[in-house]
Amino acid sequence: MTPILIVEDLNAYHGLLHAVRGISLRVGSGEVLALVGANGAGKTTLLRSIIGAHPSAQGRIVLMQRDLTALSAYQRVRRGVALVPEGRRLFAELTVEENLMLSRSAGRPGIWNVEAVMDALPQLKAIRNVKARSLSGGQQQATAIGRALMTNPLVLMLDEVSLGLSPAAVDQVYAALHRLKASGTTLILVEQDLGRSLDLANRVACMLEGRIVLQAEAANITRDQITDAYFGVARRHKAED
Amino acid sequence: MVWVNQVAQGVLLGGYYAMVACGLSFMFGVMRVINLAHGSLAVSSAFCLWVIADVYGVSPFLGLFLVVPLLAFVGVVLQRAIIERSMRAGVLVPILSTFGLSIVFDNLLFETFGADTRSLAPFIGDLPYEAWPVYGDIYVGKLAVVTFGCSIVIIGSISVFLSRTQWGRAIRATAQDPDTVAMTGVNPRAMAALAAAIATATAAVAGAFLAIRATFDPYSGAPQLVFAFEAAVIGGVGSLWGTLAGGVLLGVAQSIGAQVNSQGFMIAGHATFLLVLLLRGYLMERYLRFRFEFLTGKR
Repeated sequence: MTPILIVEDLNAYHGLLHAVRGISLRVGSGEVLALVGANGAGKTTLLRSIIGAHPSAQGRIVLMQRDLTALSAYQRVRRGVALVPEGRRLFAELTVEENLMLSRSAGRPGIWNVEAVMDALPQLKAIRNVKARSLSGGQQQATAIGRALMTNPLVLMLDEVSLGLSPAAVDQVYAALHRLKASGTTLILVEQDLGRSLDLANRVACMLEGRIVLQAEAANITRDQITDAYFGVARRHKAED
Repeated sequence: MVWVNQVAQGVLLGGYYAMVACGLSFMFGVMRVINLAHGSLAVSSAFCLWVIADVYGVSPFLGLFLVVPLLAFVGVVLQRAIIERSMRAGVLVPILSTFGLSIVFDNLLFETFGADTRSLAPFIGDLPYEAWPVYGDIYVGKLAVVTFGCSIVIIGSISVFLSRTQWGRAIRATAQDPDTVAMTGVNPRAMAALAAAIATATAAVAGAFLAIRATFDPYSGAPQLVFAFEAAVIGGVGSLWGTLAGGVLLGVAQSIGAQVNSQGFMIAGHATFLLVLLLRGYLMERYLRFRFEFLTGKR
């Protein structure tokens, strides 16, 4: 599969903490990559570094053969990377439709406009004129996904999309993600729910202490292998040997 | 009838205060910056218009077509060079920076133009001296009505811009969360610069009306800032229509105060400002207490 996004030797810090340690990965066009790992493994920092919301100390980010490393966040979004941030971070005083319309600033041509987003996320239709601060968690998450889609991204990154949502809302969000996958959208998904991640993803990468410790096709990997990598069991066994 | 006349004059005066205050309020509402140089920028605009009128014989209203873009550009430069940098150092630093800027502006104007007072009234014909009869002994000055009308047009235009346009939405979003707004493809620095340009452009117009309705000198900025600040706070800083209401309340209070006592103009304005602050604090405390008791089942 031709890589659409290439991350090479990416390093990022939180103060003195080396949060992302020399990560390299390639994401193919139309691929869904699930990024799993314990809290503090560096997943969110990696996504924020890719989009430019967190400064990277070293490394390269290439999207469709164009180097994004020196660009600021809004310029990277205009090149085709989008992020649904953890906690949604909607603009509370703007309506759902205004939140969506804002992403037209990315100025990227593509299939996504307000009506297309409403069709893909039908729960938004009834609340398009409601201010974001009045929405439920599931409605907020759908709006955040719609807002990212409105930038017409080549790669859509989603950070903890099911966090704090009711089971019914999670079902709705994942139904939308499956539709996005079917439409050929390239996704990078950070998720604590391993079952749902494996169900959606083509490939899984497991992070531990800022590094990718396991990377494999979703079909060729067992939950036990991922769990071992998740908790660093494999590495401990190696050290003990 | 005298009191009705005073209220009418106060309402119209409030339009002028709202015009001075709306840029201040907009700047705070959008960027959380209290620009203490706002009054000095208005006076700078007045001097620019005076030069254009006195040296080149151009009407101050036509001169605004040059001075408004010029002040907007100054706003962008100030935002990029000073305000943006000082905002990184905490909430108090921009206040100190803009206070320093106001001193710089005032003294540059003093150095350039001296301490003489000037006015733009001689350059606009009879407008400052003419009035329309309304009822009985009540007359409203044409200039006061024009000022009030311009104030409504400016506030209305900014409100429509913020609510109906893509840039307006982007400015509102930038005000709420500048980090996240970048993830929608909006350049937050550009939006902050645009907001600063709009705020200083309104200061330019306010400066024109200051110089037309009264005399001005290089140090006229500070009193204008005080009235603007009071109008913005009374109406709720960040709310444009609230600023108009605040300006009207302040104007009416001053006008009635002047009727009661010839020295009462200033005192009544400041007293109203303090009263509103105290009343607002009292009502907020009562509301929070009621809410707490309601939620804990004591009511």
